[in-house]
Amino acid sequence: MQLVPCPWCGPRDDAEFHYGAEAHVARPSVPADCSDAEWEAYLYLRRNTKGPFAERWNHAHGCRRWFNVIRDTYTHEVLASYKPGEAKPDIGETDRAQKDA
Amino acid sequence: MAASAGRLGPTTKQRYSIFALARNALGYHEGWQQAWRSPEPKKAYDVVIVGGGGHGLTTAYYLAKLHGVRNIAVLEKGWIGGGNTGRNTTIIRSGYLWDESIKLYEHALKLWEGMSQEINFNVMFSQRGVINLAHSEHEWREMRRRYEAIRLNGVDIELVLPDEIKRLVPIINIDPNIRYPVKGGILQKRGGTARHDAVAWGYARAADELGVDIIQNCEVTGFERAPAGHIVGVQTTRGFIAANKVGCVPAGHSGVLAEMAGFMLPIQARPLQALVSEPIKPCIDKVVMSNAVHMYISQSDKGELVLGAGTDSYNSYAQRGSPNHPEHLMAATVELYPITSRLRMLRQWGGIVDTCPDASPIISKTPIPGLYFNCGWGTGGFKATPGSGHVFADLIAHDRPNALAAPFSLDRFRTGYLVDEHGAAGVAH
Repeated sequence: MQLVPCPWCGPRDDAEFHYGAEAHVARPSVPADCSDAEWEAYLYLRRNTKGPFAERWNHAHGCRRWFNVIRDTYTHEVLASYKPGEAKPDIGETDRAQKDA
Repeated sequence: MAASAGRLGPTTKQRYSIFALARNALGYHEGWQQAWRSPEPKKAYDVVIVGGGGHGLTTAYYLAKLHGVRNIAVLEKGWIGGGNTGRNTTIIRSGYLWDESIKLYEHALKLWEGMSQEINFNVMFSQRGVINLAHSEHEWREMRRRYEAIRLNGVDIELVLPDEIKRLVPIINIDPNIRYPVKGGILQKRGGTARHDAVAWGYARAADELGVDIIQNCEVTGFERAPAGHIVGVQTTRGFIAANKVGCVPAGHSGVLAEMAGFMLPIQARPLQALVSEPIKPCIDKVVMSNAVHMYISQSDKGELVLGAGTDSYNSYAQRGSPNHPEHLMAATVELYPITSRLRMLRQWGGIVDTCPDASPIISKTPIPGLYFNCGWGTGGFKATPGSGHVFADLIAHDRPNALAAPFSLDRFRTGYLVDEHGAAGVAH
C-alpha cells in the first residue's frame, strides 16, 4: 500500500486517490497559436522519471482536492506534499523548465 | 525451409528432439551444450539492441536471419527472462479493434503458430481459445462492433452467448443477478497461451546460433552521438560499445532511456500485477478475460490458476504494486468462479509496463538518426513478441517502417492519428 499524504486529510491509502501524473505542466497561454508540436508536448509528452518525481494527486474519495507530491518512483518514498499554488520544495528533483533549458 | 536456414549460424547447436532427449538420458544428461554463450562484449557492432526481453531477442534474431546483419549484440541489464517476458500472464490473441492493430497482432499470431518448429524450441504454444467477456450492455455493444471489425480483417472470431460460455467454461457463474453478470463474449479459438520462459530462452538460443552476442548484466548508461547527430554507440556498465544503429526495446524503462537520449516519449511506467494459485486439477481449458473488472484467468500445465490484475494508477519502477489491485481481482474472481473461494494464492508479483496514451505500441525512428525505439506495449506486449521483433528488425535494417509498423510511429501524437485500443487492450491504462 502506498500511503499518500493529503495536505488536508493526512496520510491515506492510495486507493482513495486519483492519480494525475506529472505536476507543473502549464496549459499553453494562447492555445490558438500553438503548433502541432506544442500541442503534442502539452497533451502527450510527460516526464517518466525514475527517482524523485513531482506528481499530482486528487483525494477523490476524501476531500476531493488536488495537490502535489514529490515521491521517489523507485523506492515509493514520499519526500514532500504541498498544496496547489505553493512553491515546489527544492529536494533535488529537476523540474521541466530546468530540464529543457 | 525457414528452419534449415536457421542452422547456418556460426555456433551450430545440437537439435532438440525426442531422440536427443533419449541419447542424453543415457549420459545422465551431462552432455547438453549451453543454450547460448556469454561472450565478452566486442568493441563495435553493426547493431546494438538494448533490452534482452522477448521483443529484443526476436529483433536480433530476425535482423540476423532475414536481413543478413551478422554483427549484433543484445545488451540486457539483468538476466534473460528476468523482466516482463517472465512476468506476464502469457495470453496470446489478435482480436483488437482497428485495422492497424489487427494486422500487427495477427502477423504476430501467425508467427506464433510456427515458432516452436522455426527455433527448434518447444514454447508450449497452446491454442486453447481466448474468451473476452462483456459485463454490461454497453460493453456487449462495443464487443459486437469489435467482432465485426475483426471479421472484416479476415481473422477468426466468434460471438458467444452466456449458455455457450457456460458450456465452454463450466466453472463460470452466469447468474444474471451477480455484480458482474456475463452478457456475452467473443471467442478467438486460435488464441491461447505459451510458456513465456521458453520464448525468451528459445529466441536467445536461436539468435546465439546466428552469431548474436547476448550480453547479460550490462546496463546502458548513455548514448554517444557524432557531431552531425548520428548515433555512434552506447555507454554501458561494461564500457563503451560502438554501434552503427541502436534499437531500444526497454519496456518499462523506455522513459529512462529516452531521457538519456534527450527526448521525451508519451509513455508512463506503471506496475501491473499478477498472481498464481496453488495447483489444482484441470478445471478451465480456456483463457477468459474480463476487461470491465480487470481480471483474466487461465490454468497452467502445472495446475495453477494464473490470474492477472489491473495496473496501479501511479508511476513506479519498483516492480511491485498496491494490494488493493489483487484484492479487487480476487473479489471478481470469486464471484465469477465460485469454486475459487477457498483457493489459496501461492505467489504474487509485479512488472513495470510502459503505458501509452492510446494503448498501442510505438515502433519508430526517433529524433536521433540511427536510434530506434520499440516500446509502449503496455499491458499486452507478450502476444506480439515475434511480430514486434519481425517488424522492428525490418525498420532497423531499412531505416523506414514497413506497412505494418508505419501506423505506430512516434509522429502519430503530433498528427493526431492515434490507434485507440483502450477497449480491446484488456487492461485500462
